[in-house]
Formats: sequence, C-alpha cells, structure tokens
Amino acid sequence: MQTKRMTFPGRWLPYALLAPQVIVTLIFFIWPSLQALYMSLLREDAFGLNSTFVGLANFARLFADDTYLDSLSVTAMFAIGTTLLSMSAALLLAATVNRMLRSRNAYTTLLVWPYAIAPAIAGVLWWFIFNPSIGIVPYALEMLGYRWNHRTSGNDAMMLVIIAAAWKQIAYNFLFFLAGLQSIPQSLIEAAAIDGAGPVKRFWTIVFPLLSPTTFFLMVVNVVYAMFDTFGVIHATTQGGPSQATNTLVYKVYADGFVGLNLGSSAAQSVILMAIVVLLTVVQFRFIERRVNY
Amino acid sequence: MMASIKLEGLEKTYPGGVQAVKGVDLEVADGEFVVLVGPSGCGKSTLLRMVAGLETISAGALYIGKRRVNELEPAQRDIAMVFQNYALYPHMTVFDNLAYGLKNRGFKRDEIRRRVEEAARMLEIEAFLPRKPRQLSGGQRQRVAMGRALVREPAVFLFDEPLSNLDAKLRVQMRVEIKRLQRRLKTTSLYVTHDQLEAMTLGDRLVVLNGGRIEQVGTPMEIYARPASLFVATFIGSPAMNLLPLGALLSGPGAASHGALLGDLPPGTGILGIRPDALRLEAPHGPHLTLSATLELFEAAGAESHLHVRLAGSGQPLVIRTAGQPAVAEGQRLHFHITRDALHPFHRETGRRLDDTLKTKEQAA
Repeated sequence: MQTKRMTFPGRWLPYALLAPQVIVTLIFFIWPSLQALYMSLLREDAFGLNSTFVGLANFARLFADDTYLDSLSVTAMFAIGTTLLSMSAALLLAATVNRMLRSRNAYTTLLVWPYAIAPAIAGVLWWFIFNPSIGIVPYALEMLGYRWNHRTSGNDAMMLVIIAAAWKQIAYNFLFFLAGLQSIPQSLIEAAAIDGAGPVKRFWTIVFPLLSPTTFFLMVVNVVYAMFDTFGVIHATTQGGPSQATNTLVYKVYADGFVGLNLGSSAAQSVILMAIVVLLTVVQFRFIERRVNY
Repeated sequence: MMASIKLEGLEKTYPGGVQAVKGVDLEVADGEFVVLVGPSGCGKSTLLRMVAGLETISAGALYIGKRRVNELEPAQRDIAMVFQNYALYPHMTVFDNLAYGLKNRGFKRDEIRRRVEEAARMLEIEAFLPRKPRQLSGGQRQRVAMGRALVREPAVFLFDEPLSNLDAKLRVQMRVEIKRLQRRLKTTSLYVTHDQLEAMTLGDRLVVLNGGRIEQVGTPMEIYARPASLFVATFIGSPAMNLLPLGALLSGPGAASHGALLGDLPPGTGILGIRPDALRLEAPHGPHLTLSATLELFEAAGAESHLHVRLAGSGQPLVIRTAGQPAVAEGQRLHFHITRDALHPFHRETGRRLDDTLKTKEQAA
C-alpha cells in the first residue's frame, strides 16, 4: 500500500504541532499513572504526614482481602450485564432504524442524545425514576407485586446501576451498529431472500455474522466503559451500596482512597485497573488485526 | 421444472411519484433467453427486480408458469438471480454459498452435497469449494454466483448485468459460457444489460426499453435490420446508425438525382437512417445514391476502419464503416454510395419507423 508522504519545511514545526497533545497526555495521564505506581508501593500513616516504602505489601493485602475479591466479582457481573444490555438494546434499535427510509435520520439523532448527558446527570435521572419512595418504576412494579428497593436489595441495586450505565452507552453502540448494518450490501440480503431465508433467519445467518467485527469491537469498548467509566453513574445512584453490592473496582478506588484515605491501597487498586486496561487493549488490537476473517 | 413468464401491463411507481416502469407487456416462452436492454434509467433493472419480487408491483399482473406471483415472496417464485456485484456471502465458503438456498429449503445433506458438486463440476469451480469468496478472482466469483443460481434448479434465471464488473476479455469469455449453459439447461432466462453487443449475442429475443416503456421486441437480427424507432436505431449497433434529415439529401449537390430515387419514400418521412456499413466507397450495381463528403477523421480498428465524414453542402456528420484499410487521407473529398434498400425511413415527428416497400413481418406495437 502506498501512502502519501507529507513533509514539513522546518524541523520544529511538526514538534510544535504535536506538543499540545503530548503535554496534555504527559500531565494528565502519564504523570498521574507514574504517581499511582509509586504510591502503590508506599503506606501512609493515619495523618498523611509521612509514608514508608512497603514493596508489594499493598497488593498482597488486596488479594487477601475478601471485600476486594468480592468487588472483582461485582465488577465482572456489572460489566457483563451492562455490555449485554446496552449492546442488545442498541442492536435492536439499529436493526429497526435501518429498516426505515425517511425517518431514519430523525431517529438516529434522537437516539444519540443520551450520549451527550453527563454521567452524574444520567445517574440522578435514574435515581429519580427508580427512587423507592417517589420513583415511577417502583410504583409500577408495586402494582405488579414486586417491591423494588435498591437501598436494601443488592440485586435491585445491581439492576439499577446496570440499567443506568447501559442506557448511557446505547447511543454509542447504536451508531456503530447502524454504520455496520449500512455497510452490508443490500444485494446480500436480497440474495438471501431469494435463497429462501426469512427475515429472522437472514438476520442470524447473514447480517449478524457480517457484523461480528463491529460486535467484537463494541464488546471490548463496552467492557472498558463499564469497568472504568461508570463512577459517575454509581456515585449518583447507589454509592456502592447496599453493603458493597455495587462497589465496583473503580468505585472502590475512590471509596478507599478519598473516603477511607487509604492512599496506598487505592493506588495499588488503580495499578491493577491499569493492568486490566492494558490487557483489554492488547486483546482488542490482536483481534482487530484479524477481524476481517471472512 | 420450467416455466414461461408473462408480464401484463406491469407498472412501478415509487412513493415520490416517479414512475420507473410505465406499463410493460411481455411474454417469455418456456426455455427462452430474453435480454432486456436499454440505457441507464430505462427501468430494465427495476423490471427484473419486480419479476424477482425485490420490488413491489404497483399495477399489472405477473405470471411465472401458470401462477400469478404478484404478492409472492422472492423465495416462493421459484427463481434464482445473479447479481451485478455477485452478492456472495463473504463469511461462507463457496460450498456453503451454494448450499445456503438448499439448506433453507430443507434439502437432505446428501442431496445438497450431490447438487453442489454437480454445479461446481459444470462451472469448473470444484477446486474452490472450500475457499472463501475473497480468495477468488472476479471471474471465479462470477462462476460461484452462477453456481448458486444453478444448484436450486429454478424455473427461471434472472441476470442483473452479471458481466459488467469483469474486464473486457473475461466478459466475452463468460458471455459465451452463459449462452452455452443456458442452451444446455434450457431454463427460461431474463437477462438485463446496457451493453448492446452483449444483448445481441446472448438473447433469443431482445426487449429494447426506453423511459420505462418497451420500444421494440424481436430477435437480435430483426431489431438490427428493422429498428422500430430512432431510439432503437441509434441504440443497437456500433458504430451507431447515421441519421440524416431528408432535407440534407434533397438539397445540395446531386439533389436532382436523389429526388428521383427517393420519390417512393413513405409519406411523412423526415429522417433517414443509414447503417455505417451500408455506405460503400465502391459503386454497387443497380440504382443507388451517391454522396460526396469530406473525410474529417480516420480510425483504423484492425479488421475494419471508421471514416468520420461531413456531407458536402449540408455539413451533416456521418460515420462509415469499411472492411480493411482503404487508401484515404484526412481532408480528402470522398464519394460513397448507398443502395435504396439500405435506407431506414423514420417519421419526421414521431420518430417511428415508416414501413416502406420492403415490408416484412409487422411488429405488434
């Protein structure tokens, strides 16, 4: 493949143009990461006056701590639930919108709006909707004979954070699925129709397999989102409760570090999260390279 | 299983009000190969897709065999279609591509294998059965697309410009193969193309479409020899037929002698069509017109040459096709000749063919 080569007149211009991005990355990403790495090896005294080097003791403690292991499985459940819910809802919406002709753009625009809402606002929104005392959904569920209370029921709380987090992500998934659907040539669908496949069969034997690169990409993005980007939603709805039922890894970093002020442990948890992100990124790139395997 | 196809006043109107097909009547006999030909936007693809069931029918009736199929799904019409872009399922092997339609119809595994292998043998794609479409060349994909139509043993084959994505050499080769295959299977076929040469060589009969209507139906030679309208005259044949206003012959040099010869033209004749190869440099025996013109451009095309000339007096441009390479030079004044029976008279307003003294079988309009 040939790529066009751009050349700059001077040596400094390209570096100057790159500088803002590099500086932002260094200050807001690299430096804090290194700081976290360093702090994960220290232990501070109760007053934050001095700290001692403890090696990997913070990590050892974490993996011996039941609440941390519990938080791991909560996170796994939350990530899987959020990914499944937001992706299946988005796929359903995309498949439906893709069938429309004139109203397609209007629906697309409307469906993308939730993505622009700040996580905290979205959290508050769902907090109102699901509020056991004043919310509309508990009221409706009550009529169906279910007493919703995410303040006391861990399952209800988990459902709430999954719904709130998934809802935010549907718009993003929807856009990618819609683009994926539109890149499937219409003639393939027509050929399948002539070949005797009904709409449902066509979807599962032709459309869905051809969407697999998109699906895989979104899966990784959604897992990353659920694991790292949902602090705002959880903070606004359940704050990790009741009794740690929704205390995901990210939320726990905040709770242990800024509420519990155990900075060493919190930093160690961030380092573990970083490692998970790195792993997911590697998986994604590995597969994306081979994604056009049909 | 075979079947005839019958189109009765078929119309297609899109929601916006655009009418793509404006009342088409056509009968395709059992086992016949009919080519729909016309310029882009003439409605030929829409018509084919209506027969396939991929476009709804706004008005009229469509019969495949004895069944009225207007409301049937594509799968229920017992047709198979070859698409312009082949529409192979990219995530399936060639075998699965061919087997997909059979699997959907609940064929037994052995039967599927037998049919796929038979079709693959016929099309010489056996070696590619385990491969994915992206590993095949354009011509091989084309064969797989044909194979997918073949295995189903449908009543009707529909071809939607299947050769237009191939390079020129391969196109000629596949054209011959399609014809050979259709001769052998004797399956009723409807074939859409914008390429008049493809249409002429493939079809038992041609249907020339223009603006959503049929201009003419007939065997390739009928249409070539007796185009029913100015549109057909210029669309079929390459280089295109020359169109000469009658006035250009009745004025200028030699007008008097022309007048005598053209006296028996049907009333209303305004335009004369002349095939480029009907204009000869040597004078023929018998009565003929002699025209003089200046050679503007000489094109040598191997076995034949094209002479672009301008008539003396009226300045009308004409194209002459001759065999070999005549000894002429650009800028030279030439005389060439045309016999009376090589003139195609067309009405001055409607552009329809006017039947002259050489009547043969009349086309049902």
